[in-house]
Amino acid sequence: MKKLSLDYKQLPLIATMSLFIVMFAIGSMRYTGFLSTQVFLNLFVDNAFLIILAVGMTFVIISGGIDLSVGSVIALTSMVAASLTMNAGLSPWIVIPISLSVGTIIGLGQGYLIHYYNLQPFIVTLAGMFLARGLSYLISVESIAISSPFFDYMAGTRIPLGGGNFISISVVIALIVVLFAVYVSLFTKFGRNVYALGGSEQSALLMGLPVARTKILIYTFSGFCASLAGLVFTFYMLSGYALHANGMELDTIAAVVIGGTLLTGGAGYVAGSVVGVLITGIIQTMIVFEGTLSAWWTKIAIGVLLFFFIVLQRVIVLRTKPK
Amino acid sequence: MKEQAPRLVMEGIDKEFPGVKALSNVNLTLYPGEVHALMGENGAGKSTLIKVLTGVYTIDKGTVTYEGKDIHVKSPHDAQDMGITTVYQEVNLCTNLSVTENIFIGREIMKNGRIKWKEMNKRAVELLKRLNLDIDVTKLLSSYSVAIQQMVAIARSLNVSAKVLILDEPTSSLDRDEVKQLFAVINKLKSEGMAIVFVSHFLEQVYEISDRITVLRNGEWVGEYAIEDLPRLELVGKMIGKELNEMSSISKERKSSVKGEAILHAQNLSKKGRIEPYDLELHKGEIVGLAGLLGSGRTELARLLFGADKADTGELKISGNKKVLKTPKQAIANRIAFCSEDRKAEGIIPELTIRENMILAMQGMYGWFKYISKKRQMEIADEYTKLLNINPPNPEQLIKNLSGGNQQKVMLARWLITNPEVLILDEPTRGIDIGAKTEIMKLMVKLSGEGMSILFISGELEEILRTCDRIAVLRDRKKVSEIVNKDHQTQHEVMTEMAGGV
Amino acid sequence: MLKSLMKSKLFWPIVILVIILLINLFFDRGFFQIEVRNGRLAGSLVDILNRGAPLMLISIGMTLVIATKGIDLGVGSVIALSGAIAATTVADASEGSLAPLFAAIALAIFVCMVAGAWNGFLVSRIGVQPIVATLILMVAGRGVAQLVTQGQITTVYYDPYTFIGGGYLLGLPFSIFIVVAVLLLALFVTRKTAMGLFIESVGSNPEASRLSGINSKNILMMVYIFSGFCAAIGGLILSSNVASADGNNAGLWYELDAILAVVIGGTSLMGGRFYLMGTIIGALIIQSLTTTIYSIGIPPETNMVVKAIVVLIVCLLQSPEFRSKVFGSFKAKKAVESEDDKGVTLS
Repeated sequence: MKKLSLDYKQLPLIATMSLFIVMFAIGSMRYTGFLSTQVFLNLFVDNAFLIILAVGMTFVIISGGIDLSVGSVIALTSMVAASLTMNAGLSPWIVIPISLSVGTIIGLGQGYLIHYYNLQPFIVTLAGMFLARGLSYLISVESIAISSPFFDYMAGTRIPLGGGNFISISVVIALIVVLFAVYVSLFTKFGRNVYALGGSEQSALLMGLPVARTKILIYTFSGFCASLAGLVFTFYMLSGYALHANGMELDTIAAVVIGGTLLTGGAGYVAGSVVGVLITGIIQTMIVFEGTLSAWWTKIAIGVLLFFFIVLQRVIVLRTKPK
Repeated sequence: MKEQAPRLVMEGIDKEFPGVKALSNVNLTLYPGEVHALMGENGAGKSTLIKVLTGVYTIDKGTVTYEGKDIHVKSPHDAQDMGITTVYQEVNLCTNLSVTENIFIGREIMKNGRIKWKEMNKRAVELLKRLNLDIDVTKLLSSYSVAIQQMVAIARSLNVSAKVLILDEPTSSLDRDEVKQLFAVINKLKSEGMAIVFVSHFLEQVYEISDRITVLRNGEWVGEYAIEDLPRLELVGKMIGKELNEMSSISKERKSSVKGEAILHAQNLSKKGRIEPYDLELHKGEIVGLAGLLGSGRTELARLLFGADKADTGELKISGNKKVLKTPKQAIANRIAFCSEDRKAEGIIPELTIRENMILAMQGMYGWFKYISKKRQMEIADEYTKLLNINPPNPEQLIKNLSGGNQQKVMLARWLITNPEVLILDEPTRGIDIGAKTEIMKLMVKLSGEGMSILFISGELEEILRTCDRIAVLRDRKKVSEIVNKDHQTQHEVMTEMAGGV
Repeated sequence: MLKSLMKSKLFWPIVILVIILLINLFFDRGFFQIEVRNGRLAGSLVDILNRGAPLMLISIGMTLVIATKGIDLGVGSVIALSGAIAATTVADASEGSLAPLFAAIALAIFVCMVAGAWNGFLVSRIGVQPIVATLILMVAGRGVAQLVTQGQITTVYYDPYTFIGGGYLLGLPFSIFIVVAVLLLALFVTRKTAMGLFIESVGSNPEASRLSGINSKNILMMVYIFSGFCAAIGGLILSSNVASADGNNAGLWYELDAILAVVIGGTSLMGGRFYLMGTIIGALIIQSLTTTIYSIGIPPETNMVVKAIVVLIVCLLQSPEFRSKVFGSFKAKKAVESEDDKGVTLS
């Protein structure tokens, strides 16, 4: 009995893993050329920014919140990076820190408002979403193409993995972020406080945990991740554009939920979110391989998965309640 | 024991919330190695006192001396650092974390900025061994029973080397064996010199484990007694108090014999973990009182009669016909009304006006399409505002701006408007001033005279004795007896039954 | 008199609306002029009403959802879905008959109400939080809309269809009549039946409502279905305006604008009291803001920044913590009390 309820909590993660394996297997059987290392690696190459976003979002959702601003922050970061590089002609050593601070500051502000004025994360980050998107329009309505040796290098470098397979620098950055986040979530006080906060904010307060600091730091970290993802996205697109990453906050939330994190907070794993991103990636890949299926099937498929996981979560929450 | 210096002294504590004086001039003295029971009924101020001590609230007035020094506790964290910890009834831990984490979170064992899980798990096992508990500490807390969760909460306080341990209703969701296990732990900690505050509404347990008792009533300090100097009956008397004078104007001709078919007849009704199977009859024009201490199952009993909870067993007959009540809506359709004890959570609709709050249940009966006209609503609201003497006499006022007593009257109006045959009143007099209390009880007597049957729940025995024809007594979630209210002997009988096992 | 006026929930929204309109007058003396061209009323004010019609409609539905302490993130997708269904239905219709028009409208409204019922089902029966439940449709709805249009921008060559959003009746844009009709319907149902009372009561205190014999599940269900209905009509107008349907971009951001309109109109995100007229004014504020920004030559991109700031200010003004910090001690006491409530309920 005791063992059973423990398994319940891990059910979403197990479901996620199995889903990924099953999908990869189906793809491999159905389509020639699917079962290759590079197809697998491309999931990372094409979704590096989404992985970074998902990492930040995982912390937010585990703590019981939500961050809708991340997609817009990507656009804003890309615009800041592009205009500083192309219009101001600054060196990447200055551009990168400034770009990274963009999302970090927005996240910090959001966290502050959410905690100290007890506003709903949903509405605050919604405002942040408008703000970031609007600011990027203010920089320029047009897309700014980037051509600088640094950005070209970051975009074009292929890191060979043998056998003709390769990954990009962005993948390395994403993996570093993932490893860092896994470490933080499992082995630091901050990481554990995030889980405690998601379990019960009231309990966390009564247990004397630094709720204010933790909460603000969570949104700051998510903002930082969004900016970093923005840079990686800029490497990928080699342009800054106010319409970049439109609606990507939804893709991110979907990936995190499919990755087994409870939307009500308190449970989830960074690694699960990575698998969640890979699943959304594999859906796209399969649709490409299928050829006859159109892109919108991705949205429908993700919606269906989302529904499946949300209902699964609901069942788990009901089962594990002591009553 | 008394020769020792006290570990903690609270003196002359005052705490006021807007509109409510929660504590006035309350004292508490704790010695090392004692179990000190803190007793009082609803609203006595136990919870507030604990929260003041642990820094959840600040103190308005009064001093706290801890190990000889004056202290000001600013936050729960502050209190823990000093060695004052609390284990709450609804265990305030994070059930989504492992046992180990719940013991250590906030004070993790770190090395080079990294949490040492292995060491923490080892320490957790050791700590729990001290409490005679051998469980897998890496599992989530939610996979264990509430009893074990409580032990874990205690282990957490041991880890911070607590000197004062407050147990707030720790036994209310434990079974007999689990209580025994907890008491063994309490005795062990006591022998190690811990000062333990024990809050419980189970008298038997209080008498089994405690050394001394502090009694509070209505936010005031009643007294401090050694356990052997305070017999159960006397304790109950001190807790429930007597407010005789004001109510002496209420008199009722008691119906000594009840005839005919009961209007409401419950047989063997029960809900697991809430109330054990009970029988109850309610006749026309009768007031039946439910007496019992806090947590004895009074509310739980009543909720089954209203369909607020679904019964697991038994059957209910209304005017002789068998009915199954699954929702309050069905109960209302059968002309039963239920005025909840928790006005804030289950009674008022804070954002709506007095008028809208009043007509809500009647409109619920009619359904959404058959709207009671504004004019009719006004008439009803005016009528009941006058009848119940509601202040301010403006039906368009938002109910959240009213005092507790007036909110209660609006709730009464909500149900009277539906013209029920059976009216269940759960602590209608709690937290309201004495004038309003008297008015409400007079009204009850009048209504029963007009043929309404009333089930009256109150923590104030005096109120029940004043108004009821029969009194059902509950203890430990069980209906233990039924007493016809006839003479001055009744009070003693009821109190004896409430206290139990003397 | 002035005091009671200021206390009215509509006072500040109206003041803001008037200020925005006056700013326009300052830059354009002819702003308030309304003239008759070809038997049709024309002018900036008519324009604002006409362009604001879809937002007003969607906000009406959103108001009732928010009053139940819920939220409907799916409306933007439902707008796209409605346009897609209607446009595909009439795409190849022949001019002579009006039957395809009514078929398209009926079909679009029906499907969108089913979508609303789906949201209502998840919220009221499964017990999923509204944000989460409606997120599903927000993601998948757009996919379905694109599925309907086969990913193309479906162009409509059937004139009657353009009447919904572009037609004129009695000299006024037809869309204004639609808004008035839906608004009257909503006002009737919420103020002349007990539905309004039930919605407010469920939103303000669900448990107390249940104990008063109100079936909150059905109320929730109806509210989400109505929101789907409003989004359907809004989607019809938007798609009719451009005589096409774009599953990918139609109705983008509308859920957010609608939430904003509701909040500006005085309805709290915490549920309870709702103000349909306030919402209408809120939607008009958003629309005239957009118009203003265009007309006085500020880059239109500022719009989003302004919206963001407005959201934050409105939310901060609704937050007891903020008010107690900024305005005096009386309100501070209230905040303490609410803190106490939390403590008591949790202990």
